[in-house]
Amino acid sequence: MEKRAIFTNRWLGIAFIVPQLLLIFTFFYWPAGQAVFWAFTLQQPWGGGNEWVGFSNFVAILTDHIYWNSVVRSLAFAALSTGISMGVALVLALLADRELGGHHIYRTVLVWPYAIAAPALGLAFRFMLAPGAGMISFVNHIWPGIWDPTINGTEAFIAVTIAFAWKYIGYNFIFMLSALQAIPHSLIEAAAMDGAGAPRRMWDIQVPLLTPTLFFLLVLNITDSFQDSFGIVDIMTSGGPNRATELMVYKIYFDGFKGLDYSGAAAQSIILMLLVIALTVIQFRFLENRVHYK
Amino acid sequence: MSAPRLIQAAATAALGMSLSISSAFADPVKFDFWFGNSGDIAKVVQKVCDNFNASQSDYQIVCTSQGSYDAALQNTIAAYRANKQPTIVQVFDIGTLTMMLSDAFVPANKLMADNGYDVDWNAYIGGVKAYYATSKGDMYSMPFNSSTALLYWNQDAFKKIGKDAAPATWEDVGADLKALKAAGYDCPFGIDVSNNEVWQLLEQFSAVHGIPVATQNNGYDGLDAELVFNKGKFVQMVTDLKSWYDQGLLVLKSKQAGEDYVTAFANGHCQMTLTSVGDHGTVGRTASPDMHWSVAELPLYAGTERKNSLVGGASLWVMKGHTDVEYKGAAAFLNFIRQPEQALFWSTNTGYIPVTKTGYDYMVKNGFYDKFPYKGREVAIASLSASEPTPVTRGMRLGAMPQVRQEVGNALQAILAGTVTVQQGLDDAAARGNEALRKFEATYKGKTLP
Repeated sequence: MEKRAIFTNRWLGIAFIVPQLLLIFTFFYWPAGQAVFWAFTLQQPWGGGNEWVGFSNFVAILTDHIYWNSVVRSLAFAALSTGISMGVALVLALLADRELGGHHIYRTVLVWPYAIAAPALGLAFRFMLAPGAGMISFVNHIWPGIWDPTINGTEAFIAVTIAFAWKYIGYNFIFMLSALQAIPHSLIEAAAMDGAGAPRRMWDIQVPLLTPTLFFLLVLNITDSFQDSFGIVDIMTSGGPNRATELMVYKIYFDGFKGLDYSGAAAQSIILMLLVIALTVIQFRFLENRVHYK
Repeated sequence: MSAPRLIQAAATAALGMSLSISSAFADPVKFDFWFGNSGDIAKVVQKVCDNFNASQSDYQIVCTSQGSYDAALQNTIAAYRANKQPTIVQVFDIGTLTMMLSDAFVPANKLMADNGYDVDWNAYIGGVKAYYATSKGDMYSMPFNSSTALLYWNQDAFKKIGKDAAPATWEDVGADLKALKAAGYDCPFGIDVSNNEVWQLLEQFSAVHGIPVATQNNGYDGLDAELVFNKGKFVQMVTDLKSWYDQGLLVLKSKQAGEDYVTAFANGHCQMTLTSVGDHGTVGRTASPDMHWSVAELPLYAGTERKNSLVGGASLWVMKGHTDVEYKGAAAFLNFIRQPEQALFWSTNTGYIPVTKTGYDYMVKNGFYDKFPYKGREVAIASLSASEPTPVTRGMRLGAMPQVRQEVGNALQAILAGTVTVQQGLDDAAARGNEALRKFEATYKGKTLP
């Protein structure tokens, strides 16, 4: 029989959750509520006044084809950066788990990228990928003009995608590695005795047992690629050239903080929030049943 | 208590006592000043603050860099909404209209008059005063760091093509760029067209040609101004830029590309650029001593009469919600920085111009403009006072200037990349810029320009 600990005193239980609720209210519901209010008004930045305008902020955004371009771009960015960072991290984790030579060093070193702040990361990648002076500039000496993200939008988009994916490789790696190490050795040894080689064991045993972690990381990576990317974009490309790297979150930052259009930025944040919620629901609905928790 | 601990405690107590004693002697009123400059310039601002604090004992100004102009404005807005705003804040040129409509400040002219300072506002250089004054000529903010755009040119390179003067017309520029290219220079003309770096081309170019960027005299006469840069000479300018870019005469230089256009000029990699006189000091310090370079007023298209260029930079605003003694201190600081000796200090250590005629005269008398490396900066004053400010060369009084510049920057990037035609690109930028202006107008419905 299962033993259960139950609070007999209802108020004691409530008292325990009050601090947490207060935190969530102060740092999430209150600002989010404020954003909803702003999205339906025209806010003067200095707080001098506001006017109720109904859905007109949303209509203005949703009828703007350039906004839709940024939505498509953000979705592509999420898919690509998540694919790269999870794919590379999985390979690295599987290899590190095999305890190849020097695996202790990899395990430590590969986590570092996640600890680097976005602006520093952006600066480093901007330096490496600068067409005229960066480490990559040698390609322009061989084939002049082949790499120029300052004017070629596709190349700029590749540059920010790689920078963002690189940051998350380390983060994904540590989760995957610890999940791999939690897989009982007996399973792998049994498979090895049955004659399964390393690639077969990875594909048939380790990866399926890793699915809860992969699912968790997928949700997290996709969510973060929508929210956490503006620092890198701001430093590396400022959304350019000609909006080629203008992601939804960067547009919110620019319109709100640089352009002082608080209402437009608030409406965009709400759309972004709904989009991220929808994507997360879809993932739970359609992917979770393929996850093996046990 | 162990001996080291005891010593530490005693030292702390002694320090505390000495602090309280010194504060009992003189109790300076502290007030905050937030500014946007960073790097070298921020150090000079800090020095100005130190000099003010050393010059008197009644007030102590605490100066804090916010990292950038944008951040200074954003942080002040956030602070103001939480009622924690600084007493003085530096706001960049294109934030002037937002400030004027904010109802969050004490007008500088009123502050100075209330505190017994008799400021001769007409002593400010025409272009400077025109930018910041209201329609009635009142100065709501105190001009501080001011600059204007100049043409920087490499004399060594031009000598190679047999020229000893900067090109005066854009037609000459075209010919010179070709000659420079033929003489083996990779980057005859280096510029940046990313978001905020279009001001030389859009705003300054239009001003010296005497053409409007927007109707209603660039917004001075009403919030309903519409952008018109997609008609007339600016289209011709962009067409020429595109043609020079395609011929390899114009090269984009930005931090993203590995070297920004000012550095590229100072390193001798580009032979010509357009930038602020505020960079004159930087170029002087970083260019090789063997490199000969100079500055000139912006070129004009042949047959155009030169008008004054616009002042750029920032002015100081005094925020509402402080005590009378803090305002006395703020007034004392604003009075301090307008003294001719301070103008000399400020201009010597930065590249910015003196904002008053008295400051300028004082510097001329001191032989400032005759000495290397300051020689050449007088061109900025000549450019700013090339004519009396006309209705369209007072400045930009548009609410959504960051968005407008972004639209123009995006358009230029698309045009140079060849994805749209010149006219189409500029038309789109104007249309989208106008949407931002309309939104600004709607946000401030019922307000009129002061």
